[in-house]
Amino acid sequence: MHIMDGALSQEVIIIGSACAVAGLGWGLYKLGTDQHGLEKIPAAAVLSATFFVASLIHVPIGVSSVHLIMNGLAGLVLGAVAFPALFVGLLLQAVFFGFGGVTVLGINLMNIALPAVLVGMAFRPLILKASPKKAAFLGGVAGALAIALTTLCVALCLLLSGEAFFVAAQLVFVSHIPVMVIEGLVSAAALYLICKVKPELLQTVSHGKTVQTPLNNLGLKS
Amino acid sequence: MTSVLTSEEASEAQSKTSCFVSRLDPRLRLVSAGIFALVTVSLSHLAVLCFALGIGLLLLPFVHMPIWSTLRRMVAMDSFFVFMLAILPFTTAGDVAFTVFGFPGSWQGLEKGFEIALKANAIVLVLLVLVGSMEPTTLGHALAKLRVPAAFVHLLLFTVRYIDVIHDEYRRLRIAMKMRGFRSTQSFHCYRSFGYLIGMLLIRALERSERILQAMKCRGFTGQFPLLDHLKLENRDYGFAVVVGLVCGLLIALEGFHVTGG
Repeated sequence: MHIMDGALSQEVIIIGSACAVAGLGWGLYKLGTDQHGLEKIPAAAVLSATFFVASLIHVPIGVSSVHLIMNGLAGLVLGAVAFPALFVGLLLQAVFFGFGGVTVLGINLMNIALPAVLVGMAFRPLILKASPKKAAFLGGVAGALAIALTTLCVALCLLLSGEAFFVAAQLVFVSHIPVMVIEGLVSAAALYLICKVKPELLQTVSHGKTVQTPLNNLGLKS
Repeated sequence: MTSVLTSEEASEAQSKTSCFVSRLDPRLRLVSAGIFALVTVSLSHLAVLCFALGIGLLLLPFVHMPIWSTLRRMVAMDSFFVFMLAILPFTTAGDVAFTVFGFPGSWQGLEKGFEIALKANAIVLVLLVLVGSMEPTTLGHALAKLRVPAAFVHLLLFTVRYIDVIHDEYRRLRIAMKMRGFRSTQSFHCYRSFGYLIGMLLIRALERSERILQAMKCRGFTGQFPLLDHLKLENRDYGFAVVVGLVCGLLIALEGFHVTGG
């Protein structure tokens, strides 16, 4: 799903990077506004690491396999913090694995994180009220929708950069339809488990709900 | 330190000897890679782009990274894009160079495809050599010293620290699944199992982060990491900066020469 350096026009890159900086600023603001400014960082970082590891998981599809992206789930769990959290992943992938590029970092971030945050905003209130089974269904829709939006964004970036990419943009979308289905199924199952076992996962980072710990229960609120 | 991000042979090589690139200031390596990327992406002439890729290859012996696996990483990325670029000759209007099954391919499209491939590879190779050869934590420190917001640097440092921990947890869960007869096949059951796996990883991650926060509070964390390395630009850094400036200037000059000269 990454776009490489050199394919996009300068206008697309400049606008995309500006939007990415704005998104990062918003996410970091949400991450830092706390009584100490550090409460959410460990949770956001360990979850960010988890989504990085999830992107290393390959699931079988036909004769081949695809790696998971899980940006819908990231948006549901992290909210606006998904911007910096997914950017860390993209940066590490680019620098240490050579996936992606330098000048397209902002574009790649927007393509992955913007659908994540939008889907998270739209679906989190619904999922919080739903029963686990309903939450699984909604989560599945959110997971598939996030990938669909990401693919549309990638296709749009390519289209805006040149008419010659029209066929490539169509191919990107069509070839990702099975990925949308798989991401939807995996997200649905993940949300079912989360809603059964630890529903506060959906609020800790995105809403800053304090985690119930033994210390808090003792009245030693920090 | 991290086994997911850096291969073992690379970190071993790093710890044994210090190469030319590793002695450079990490801030300078980061900024140089960025400037090189910006210059390269604005080039368009194939010969100049080959020269840019050549610079990346020339840098390889100066860094203690396994050359072949570095190149393999660079080429691995290409396999994703090769289809997209292969379509270009058929969708770009221009002089017909060849036909496949009756579809005419144009010179202009072919040139555009090679242009993108050369740009992407040159930039990624220089990035891998200059920045990818750092310890991930050094990258965080360099970003902090370049005035990147502290919240982001902390997020990066924490993430780097916990990628390996979570990856180990993932491996343990996969082994447990394997013990219970799970095989990765294309089936509903398989996708649901992967979903539960990721859900479980997230839940355990959140619980782990609660323990981390408590441990940090216990040790009086105030929201600031003391960064112990005092980065200072030395003579060799200034020398390298001059070389980077000259190389980028040369690339721009060659491009200008080719554009005006035909």
